[in-house]
Amino acid sequence: MKLMWFHLMPYTELPDDFREKHPSVWVDIHSSLCDPKRIHRMYNDFMDELEYAAACGFDAVCVNEHHSNGYGLMPSPNLIASALARRTRDAAICVMGNSLALYNPATRVAEEFAMIDCISGGRLIAGFPVGTPMDTCFAYGQNPSLLRDRYREAHDLVMRAWTEKDPFAFNGRFNQQRYVNIWPRPVQRPHPPVWVPGGGSVETWHWCAEMDYVYCYLSYYGYKAGQQTMTGFWKEMARLGKDRNPYRAGFLQFVGVGESRQHAMDLYGEAAEYFYGRCLHVDPRFANPPGYVTEASQRAGLQSQVQQAAGGPLGSTTGTRMQSVARDMNSIVENGYVIVGSPGEVAEQLRVVAYDLNVGHLMLLLQFGNMDKELCRYNTRLFADQVLPSLRDTFAEWEDRWWPRPMPASQRAALTKLAAD
Amino acid sequence: MEDPATSAVRLGGFSLRVWQKGNGRKLGFLTGFGGLPRWVPFLDDLAGSRTLVVPSLPGFPGGARAHTLLDTHLDWVLAVRELLDGAGLRGADLAGSSVGASLAAEIAAIWPESVRKLALIAPFGIFDEADPPADPWAQRADNLPGLMCVNPEAWKQLKAMPEGADPIEWPIEQTRANEAAARIFWPLGDTRLAKRLRLIEADTLLIWGEHDRVMPRSYADRFATGIAGRTQIAIIPEAGHLAELDQPRAVASAILGWME
Repeated sequence: MKLMWFHLMPYTELPDDFREKHPSVWVDIHSSLCDPKRIHRMYNDFMDELEYAAACGFDAVCVNEHHSNGYGLMPSPNLIASALARRTRDAAICVMGNSLALYNPATRVAEEFAMIDCISGGRLIAGFPVGTPMDTCFAYGQNPSLLRDRYREAHDLVMRAWTEKDPFAFNGRFNQQRYVNIWPRPVQRPHPPVWVPGGGSVETWHWCAEMDYVYCYLSYYGYKAGQQTMTGFWKEMARLGKDRNPYRAGFLQFVGVGESRQHAMDLYGEAAEYFYGRCLHVDPRFANPPGYVTEASQRAGLQSQVQQAAGGPLGSTTGTRMQSVARDMNSIVENGYVIVGSPGEVAEQLRVVAYDLNVGHLMLLLQFGNMDKELCRYNTRLFADQVLPSLRDTFAEWEDRWWPRPMPASQRAALTKLAAD
Repeated sequence: MEDPATSAVRLGGFSLRVWQKGNGRKLGFLTGFGGLPRWVPFLDDLAGSRTLVVPSLPGFPGGARAHTLLDTHLDWVLAVRELLDGAGLRGADLAGSSVGASLAAEIAAIWPESVRKLALIAPFGIFDEADPPADPWAQRADNLPGLMCVNPEAWKQLKAMPEGADPIEWPIEQTRANEAAARIFWPLGDTRLAKRLRLIEADTLLIWGEHDRVMPRSYADRFATGIAGRTQIAIIPEAGHLAELDQPRAVASAILGWME
């Protein structure tokens, strides 16, 4: 299986009384809380951490896109990804991803992803999220009623921009361009692997199956909460006649490794409580703009409520899920949001997660909340040395058709030192 | 109380409900935010002395999923024009509330001959950065009734699921109404209607709930100043944004008086 190292880039100095004094970490979080000089430090620490993870042998480093957000300092993940492309050698660069509907024309995404793919020698994984309501509809003013149609159209434009040899005219509902002809084209042909992060809507599953894309369930609530969604996903794949290749799926999991379970609880408690207490404090008024959740997903959610089925993620959004989160370390671990333990215990739990959820791409959050660089390096190193080796052979019988196909290492540019060194 | 007659207008493959009730000269009404999932007392008050015709706006209750046909503001205005024509309202008096009032104003501006007299209850369509309207889509669910009406119960009664309604489709229909409004007016409510007010030749009554928490009172003056035809402002005491739900009698009486 693939073990991927994911950074959210949270602002690490939100005040202790953040929940009491401020309505939301997202959309209208106040600028007075943000110190750009401190963010200078944070960015450089975070990028060091990503580079360190790549050097430790993780299969990929992952970044993502958020706007007006106190726990995600990457309005443009492509900026970070391009820097990582220069400072890493073999790790895949997973941009998870660019919210397609926010770019006009979406050709911009085709261009920037192609640039990253060229700089990295073909190591890019292209993530195409619809984007959360907070990012897309509120921070970026996109119309929730048109968001998904814009997303689909932007996807078609990007695909054609990557794959068509000749300049072409694109006459869409939302994007019109007389001459589409991006320079450069991506190294990976016909195009970099496409991964789609989604919340659990049946339409997204169908689309991933139809397009042969990886479906990623990027929840902050761990494997226990993810079980129902992934079971639903695989049931739907079976219904559509798709195989159970675990590399069709990706899943996000927070992990803290220590010498023992108690040691890990002590080490990571503060950072986890910071994340679940402050970083997920989102004003519910931004959670669910009308039209963001499709009627089919609303219907599925309402039907499951009516039938008194276990409350699932269907029909809800990132914002609505954040309302009922556990915030103390014992509950955080009990609920499975964060997996903690000795290297052996963590490996055992992750193996169970991988098999139960049947996911071949495990995206690990080993930095979270206000975790400092030193602890992050400890967690990353311990995982790389003592957890990763025992998991790598999991799913060896399956082929990962959705992994980047870079140029041979011998043909790729070597990492260079700074000229002045 | 007698039920309204129901007919339909076709729009791009969708069938949109048209209610009609009463006798006398025709008066059209375009719904406010949230739509008309049920017949309300205000409509009876209007139908007392006129033939009231209430076409459903695309995506609003009775308007099927016709909003999905409409991408641009031009699409919306043309659809409303087709709808009014289909409902036999060309050249008739026209009233509207909130989102529907904004569309009524557009029709009167672009096709001046198609509207006789106009009554607008707190229309959307303008955004003043110095005095912005409330964001009706960024609200906690329990705040919305009090935002729309002085008496939150008036909104709750509009939206309460009737006995025998489908418990799954009813809430979806109410969300769809908010989505349809968003589709026209997201994110600010500004459709640049201010540019077209000077084209409105119809005599126009501007009705504002005294306690409208969505559309600032100052917007009544902007509309009154901008519209070419004769205008008058009527402030309705003890009423909020959807003044016709808070004070049906008073609002109906102001409209009927103006249309005489």
